[in-house]
Amino acid sequence: MTSPTVFEATVDTRAEARRSFLLVFSCTLIGAAAQILVKQGTTQLGAHITLGQVALHPGLFVSFCLGVITNLKLFIGYVCYGVNTLLMALALKGRELSRLYPIIALTYVWVTFLSIFLLPDEHLNFFRAIGIAFIVGGVSILGVKK
Amino acid sequence: MKTPLSSIILVLVGSFIGSFGAVFLKLGAEHMKGSLARLFTNYWLAVGVVLYLLSSVFYMMGVSQGQLTVLYPMVSLGYIWAILWARIFFKEAFTIAKIGGLTLIIVGVALINLGNA
Repeated sequence: MTSPTVFEATVDTRAEARRSFLLVFSCTLIGAAAQILVKQGTTQLGAHITLGQVALHPGLFVSFCLGVITNLKLFIGYVCYGVNTLLMALALKGRELSRLYPIIALTYVWVTFLSIFLLPDEHLNFFRAIGIAFIVGGVSILGVKK
Repeated sequence: MKTPLSSIILVLVGSFIGSFGAVFLKLGAEHMKGSLARLFTNYWLAVGVVLYLLSSVFYMMGVSQGQLTVLYPMVSLGYIWAILWARIFFKEAFTIAKIGGLTLIIVGVALINLGNA
């Protein structure tokens, strides 16, 4: 096996690190948009099912799935998920995931903002804002090596 | 309108099932070598994908009612399972950062539930 010179390795690593950063950042935006579409789509389905009802009537599960695969917003949302997963796999291929956790955590911020602006009956209050900050902080440090 | 507990439970069930999906995808990735055709006979990956789809059905049932500003953050509790399974199945150590991170996540989720009034 040949090893690259130090110079090559440095240049490569920096360019690649920037590329993964941008890719993962885009993923968080696409992912958040997908969440909004999925929420709108499931609201259109209007199925108010609880876990207990599913356990008692498994048919509800099947009919819900049929509703899901015939809803346009859910379809687009799932295409976004798919694109997201591919981009993420590209960004993370053979690379250190831990440094990207703080960026991935941003998804919680985007989903909150997009919900408030695009969905009916959503609002932010003090507890929710602080809660999101805690979650973003928590997810961000998960990848630290100690 | 307050987000119903039944929706929160469905989202949590979804993220629990999804955490097993991640385990199988990782097992699949470890068995991955050779051609693209092998990708389709990689049963670990297939099980992982099925579990992800199943988890997303529960997630969708959950978010069909209630507020996304309350329900989406609940997904972050999935990290508890992810870290636990990483310890059990892949012998990945618990670190101070993981324990600290999970603590912050749990406090954050508790605060959001407090704000769900």
